[in-house]
Amino acid sequence: MDSQNHASISTLVKKTYQSGALASDFRLACKMFAFIIRRLGQALLVLMAVGFVSFAMFKFMGDPVENMLGQEATAADRAELEERLGLNDPIVVQYVRYFQRALTGDFGVSYRVGLPVGEVILERLPATLELAFLSGVIAISLGFILGVYTAIRRDGYLANFIMTASLIGVSLPTFLIGVFLIWLFAVKLGWLPSFGRGETRSLFGVDLAILTWNGFKSMILPAVTLGLYQMTLIMRLVRAEMLEVLRTDYIRFAKARGLSQRSVNFGHAMKNTLVPVITVTGLQFGSIVAFAIITESVFQWPGVGLLFINAVSFVDIPVMSAYLLLVAVIFVTVNLIVDMLYYAIDPRLSVRSN
Amino acid sequence: MDNQSSNAVEAQSEPNVVSAPSTLQRWAQSDIWYSYKRSPIIIVSSITFTLLIFGAVFSALLSPYTPFDPSSLNLMNGFTKPLSTNEFTGDYFLLGTDDQGRDVFSTILFGLRISLFVGVVAVLFAMSLGVVLGLISGYIGGWIDGVIMRIADIQMTFPSIMVAMLLYGIGKGLIPPDLRDEMAIWVLIISIGLSEWVQFARTVRGATMVEREKEYIQAGRLIGLSRWTIMLRHILPNVTGPILVIATISLALAIIAEATLSFLGVGAPKTEPSLGTLINVGRQYILSGEWWILLFPSLTLLALALSVNLFGDWLRDVLNPKLR
Repeated sequence: MDSQNHASISTLVKKTYQSGALASDFRLACKMFAFIIRRLGQALLVLMAVGFVSFAMFKFMGDPVENMLGQEATAADRAELEERLGLNDPIVVQYVRYFQRALTGDFGVSYRVGLPVGEVILERLPATLELAFLSGVIAISLGFILGVYTAIRRDGYLANFIMTASLIGVSLPTFLIGVFLIWLFAVKLGWLPSFGRGETRSLFGVDLAILTWNGFKSMILPAVTLGLYQMTLIMRLVRAEMLEVLRTDYIRFAKARGLSQRSVNFGHAMKNTLVPVITVTGLQFGSIVAFAIITESVFQWPGVGLLFINAVSFVDIPVMSAYLLLVAVIFVTVNLIVDMLYYAIDPRLSVRSN
Repeated sequence: MDNQSSNAVEAQSEPNVVSAPSTLQRWAQSDIWYSYKRSPIIIVSSITFTLLIFGAVFSALLSPYTPFDPSSLNLMNGFTKPLSTNEFTGDYFLLGTDDQGRDVFSTILFGLRISLFVGVVAVLFAMSLGVVLGLISGYIGGWIDGVIMRIADIQMTFPSIMVAMLLYGIGKGLIPPDLRDEMAIWVLIISIGLSEWVQFARTVRGATMVEREKEYIQAGRLIGLSRWTIMLRHILPNVTGPILVIATISLALAIIAEATLSFLGVGAPKTEPSLGTLINVGRQYILSGEWWILLFPSLTLLALALSVNLFGDWLRDVLNPKLR
């Protein structure tokens, strides 16, 4: 693996000198561009497919006419409303119109709360995003530290204990961890609030709980619950990568040169574990948003996840279909960014495709 | 259990061997049994799993009370502590009672039964769907393969628990409101099953594409066997190993998914509570100090999920040493 990398990098260097740096750069840029276009196409395809499912739900399961008309509506009223809503148009036309309206944030009216779905979601979105953000920060920082630690102290008691605990942690259902944390920190110790979002403070017109002490305190438990799974994942990944890197020749040379253990571990080895960590972290952001459904429900955190689960139990179709589309957009965007980052960070990839 | 049956199948398929050892002997000499004897964690978890299945199957016989028969319930029994006798009625409860005076031990046994039922049936459903689609995708290929795999890709973009929730919501919307409680379990099974088929389909597809090129399949095609005969009678038996491993891992996932959905109130109805529903009920009493209503169902779910998970991991390592 490693010698291969050295070889490919040296061939890259040679090629660059042979063909002239400029031409090579140009070719690389073209490849990059083609790659981005291809990924964009795939992303659009996914969005169209998910959009179709969401449209089909909206179209065939909810009956907007039934909802909007009263009991004593006549057949003529019904026909008139159907015409006005465009329900008699061909499916393709309706699908395109659904997309056009979705682009302007118009997803219809929630059956449960009677407000426009776009408005409801937008109001709830900051709560979910700040929760996802904090849990991401916890997962990455703790996961990275523990991963590096367990790799350096591979046979230490504490490192082994952390590894075993993480294995058990992965097989626990998220909601059980949340309930346990509530029991320990809210009921037994009384340190942190057990549910709700606490106080919020407005920043650029967005209410955020993370800006107040009270709000931050109520965020800790849900954020830890949400981030725990991702943390173990990152930890195991960093550990595996680190162990791999520590075995390579250049680390052996660094040691032979008499560099201090610390400089070898943190200066040379740790840097090379970053690439896979960035990929996985990016891809995991999507699942953080999805798992927020469970966490928000356990802690009664008023975000879009809680909105979605309430929508599912009340069969609130417009909210469900809008949520599906929202999550699809988030997932696809994150995947796209990660792919490009990956391409930009790791020069080996662009060489390999030659 | 599974090992035994797969070995039995092998033994039957080789009737021509003259001095074939008996099934039991073959099993005792197998790698699986050797590895099993040497891993105490797996012995413990398989015994735990067997006990839990036993409890679920015979829940009606084992439970000392009938928790879902309203006529036998006595509200005076409510909030009895574990290992104690109720001071009003004189009834004894091993694990205490909940708010309505239902025996926690009995509700756990019945809840376990529903959790396991949903998990097993959902995995069987996911397995049949995934295996059939995987065989078609891998053997026939072409545009059918393209369509199936694109659907799989798109579904893989979303975590399966979210897909299951969404499908549950759609399923609930499709059935008339007065039937929703009755049908809830089946909606749950179908949504979890549909959220887990992708893994089966992808694995079977890969294995099928390898098998397709082998000589015995070409021979089968040459003597004019139909596509379905080749797929089901000749390819399927040769790809059962990976299917078995994925089924075990999927079972753990399905049990956790079921518990999560029921816990969130979008799964098993209150009239037929699964372990997740029981944990949700118990959660309401942690602030007031009735810890046993929450603790015992949670421990049962933990034991179930952990034992299946560990068993699945072990099975994967034994059947496929290359992955270790």
